[in-house]
Amino acid sequence: MSTSPTTPAVHQLPEEHYLNSTYGLRSWLLTTDHKRIALLYLASVTFFFFIGGIFATMIRIHLLTPNGYLVTPETYNKLFTMHGVAMIFFFLIPSIPAVLGNFLVPLMIGAKDLAFPKINLLSWYIYLVGGCFVLYSFATGGLDTGWTFYTPLSSVYSNSAVTPAVIGIFINGFSSILTGLNFVVTIHTMRAPGMTWFRLPLFVWAQYATSIIFILGTPVIAITLLLVGLERMFHLGFFNPALGGDPILFQHLFWFYSHPAVYIMILPAMGVISEIIPTFTRKPIFGYTFIAASSIAIAVIGFFVWAHHMFLTGESTYAALAFSLLSYLVAIPSAVKVFNWTSTLYRGSISYDTPLLYSLGFIGLFLIGGLTGLFLACLGLDIHIHDTYFVVAHFHYIMVGGAVMGYVGGLHFWWPKITGKLYPEFLARMAAVILFVGFNLTFFPQFILGYLGMPRRYHNYPPEFQVLNVMSTAGASILALGYLLPMLYLTWSMRYGKVAGPNPWPATGLEWRTPSPPPTENFDVTPVVDWEAYDFKNRPDLGLTQPSGPALSPAHGDD
Amino acid sequence: MQAQLPFYPDQASNFAPSVDALMTFLILVSLFFAVAITAAIVFFFFKYRRKSENEVGYPIHGDMRLESLWIIVPAFLSLAMFGWGAVVYVDFRHAPQDTLDIYVIGKQWMWKIQQPNGRREINELHVPIGRDVKLVMASEDVIHDFYVPAFRVKMDVVPGHYNTMWFRPTKAGTYRFFCSQYCGTNHAVMGGWVTVMDPSDYAAWLSGSSGTDSPLVAGEKLFTERACVTCHIGNGSGRAPSLNGVYGGTVRLADGSTVTADDAYIRESILVPSAKIVAGYQPLMPAFQGQLTEDQILSLTAYIKSLQSQPIPATGAGVLTTGKK
Ligand code: HEC
Ligand code: HEM
Ligand SMILES: [Cu+2]
Ligand SMILES: [Cu+2]
Repeated sequence: MSTSPTTPAVHQLPEEHYLNSTYGLRSWLLTTDHKRIALLYLASVTFFFFIGGIFATMIRIHLLTPNGYLVTPETYNKLFTMHGVAMIFFFLIPSIPAVLGNFLVPLMIGAKDLAFPKINLLSWYIYLVGGCFVLYSFATGGLDTGWTFYTPLSSVYSNSAVTPAVIGIFINGFSSILTGLNFVVTIHTMRAPGMTWFRLPLFVWAQYATSIIFILGTPVIAITLLLVGLERMFHLGFFNPALGGDPILFQHLFWFYSHPAVYIMILPAMGVISEIIPTFTRKPIFGYTFIAASSIAIAVIGFFVWAHHMFLTGESTYAALAFSLLSYLVAIPSAVKVFNWTSTLYRGSISYDTPLLYSLGFIGLFLIGGLTGLFLACLGLDIHIHDTYFVVAHFHYIMVGGAVMGYVGGLHFWWPKITGKLYPEFLARMAAVILFVGFNLTFFPQFILGYLGMPRRYHNYPPEFQVLNVMSTAGASILALGYLLPMLYLTWSMRYGKVAGPNPWPATGLEWRTPSPPPTENFDVTPVVDWEAYDFKNRPDLGLTQPSGPALSPAHGDD
Repeated sequence: MQAQLPFYPDQASNFAPSVDALMTFLILVSLFFAVAITAAIVFFFFKYRRKSENEVGYPIHGDMRLESLWIIVPAFLSLAMFGWGAVVYVDFRHAPQDTLDIYVIGKQWMWKIQQPNGRREINELHVPIGRDVKLVMASEDVIHDFYVPAFRVKMDVVPGHYNTMWFRPTKAGTYRFFCSQYCGTNHAVMGGWVTVMDPSDYAAWLSGSSGTDSPLVAGEKLFTERACVTCHIGNGSGRAPSLNGVYGGTVRLADGSTVTADDAYIRESILVPSAKIVAGYQPLMPAFQGQLTEDQILSLTAYIKSLQSQPIPATGAGVLTTGKK
């Protein structure tokens, strides 16, 4: 029987687990164990996060004064471009799927591994090769096109190392596609007996939706960037009007992937939140089917809104109307999730553990990010705020406030499973609060800057914008502390943390039914699932007392 | 919108109050939801704090009525935002008749502007109060974007395309304009000042012009210099269609389709004539791609536009209807 919180049992690490079953560099670099591959990804995405973070720090320092003395205009442009490329393509897109998803999807559905373990390892190598090309580009001339690679700037006019960068992103795309394919097949075919679709943890639903986007969207960006490379190298006219091409075509192709890609970044985080909230309120999630279905709805509708990034390119008014309407449509499933998470707190047994703090932070920040998306989708308003700091603030609220908070929260939640050790709780709560405060101080002023008219990607700016920029930089230094702390104490805890035991919270998922860290083959015997997701009621093994108090009305769906 | 919030910039065009009103509406709706949800979270957070180690929450699985409520209410609010936003946008995208047309050319990293009478400015734009102004914009290299925060207007300036935008200045003063589409190294300094003047001041300013040709006059000269005139003979008797009355009309093409002769069509006909061949003519015309600057193309277009007032040829050209009003 697993842990019972009333008798704080002294746990011991299992004798043999996936971390110590074999030793040596070879055993890691040639591993096909999804859990080890997840850790390889963890190390590599952290590396890119660090690089992207250094660029961001330099950007913020430069913007302390209107005329920015730190770097030259060329360098500034390279900094924000390389920041975007590192963060989006090499950190945020792979982060939750390739680290947490890789580790958890098989465990959550009761499988021994992913469907194609060798392809899983291949994905990581492909990611590395892509990453090397991009690093090569950064080191030899840098990249100054913006992460959006708009033509003909990228394909003709830029003097920076565009070709290796687009090759790197092209290659990296295959890593995403293979990961997506692996997840889809695994989720379809390898669920344990009794693990029906509607018993799947919502994290798995989210990974499934994300995988669909990986598979359908990534080929488009890969080919598009390849065309940019071809136009650059061989002067083939795809996008350059002087060669008979059309620069707007590039934007259509780019956003056809990159809008769905924003959902690649946020959906998995929504999955994480949907795991954490039931665990720390000890009750089933409110509106399971609505949360699951909204993930799929987002993945599908997300493919039909891309031209909302192009309202002011001169696109036809009718196209603008259609894409604006569809963008409002995609906002509704996001709203549904927020309402359901909030309602889950109602009559819960809420603990103040770190993962929950991250989740609540996530809801707050995602809410602001999502609501400001409505501002941008509003045609009349976008005329003014398009391509200003308002957009910068919007997507950071969602991608950093939302997705990264979800990722860090998820790392804390599953850290005991991954390493078998507990992190220091007090420090962790502090870090969560520091992150939340630092984040808002960094990015909220940018909404105001944007409405006042400060365009994005400016290395210098009119003096009247200085106060807000200084606030933003001050916030960024707090934010940096907020990120450094978890990096330090999580690493520390791997060695010195308290032993966690199989199910420290306790949580209901299958991954908590096996030792921490799990054995290489995940489960000693294939589990059989006979409970619904997040069901704390019919789980005597968790050692919890059942609720007392007034019975619930049937309208509340009490089972 | 009279009351101006501190984070709203100056309102100096007809669009400023409408965009600000939209902003206020969206802020209010968002505030409502943000406050309501935050309040709920904070309230639950303290109210349902775990009281004993082993306690579990009440198993509540959902509620259909609530789910429908929070799908339908946001849907209606979204529709309202969409509709109102669409009204403002459609207005912005459709310039009224009889505008004051000013040509704007973006190039790395400056703006060249030409007033209707030929007066040129660099990184400055002078406009009169109360007149509907239309900017006709082209780029010589990459994509730029002309953005005047105080007017709440911006529009991309795309190579190979003409984009236009209009506004009516309402308040005298000088306001910043920016390039707001990232265009390379000096993107951040590719801006300047818009000066909004009383109409009489504007007229005086215009006539103090430094005496360059107006686009029309420059275009007429080019038409001769570049030998267009050798083929495009006024009455349509040459090897090429007469250009009289072409602008704004409908042209029948060799493949049987028809096309409206707008700026983009004229531009394409000059740069890549083979793209659309006028019915009844041979593809004789040399391509001028790469041989004319954006300035020159704009001038030629202005000249061709002015030919509307010339007599319309009776036969020959593929003109179906003319742009003459
Ligand atoms: C060698 C003769 C020749 C010269 C020189 C020439 N054109 Fe043409 N142009 C033609 C012919 C023939 C056509 C009709 C076939 C076609 O559409 O290409 C034409 C078509 C056009 C059209 C489309 C007219 C319509 O009715 O739709 C425009 C506009 C035009 N030319 C402008 C110019 C300008 C401006 C110049 C000078 C820069 C110029 N052309 C020089 C032969 C010429
Ligand atoms: C709630 C639904 C959302 C709506 C209605 C919405 C709407 C928009 C719109 C209209 C733009 C274009 C703004 C402009 O350029 O003028 C935009 C930009 C952006 N959004 Fe969203 N958004 C939503 C959610 C998201 C999510 C979930 C993410 C990421 C996880 C995201 C990330 C971005 C990014 C990265 C950009 C800027 C891209 C760039 O130009 O560099 N958005 N959003
Ligand atoms: Cu988008
Ligand atoms: Cu620019």
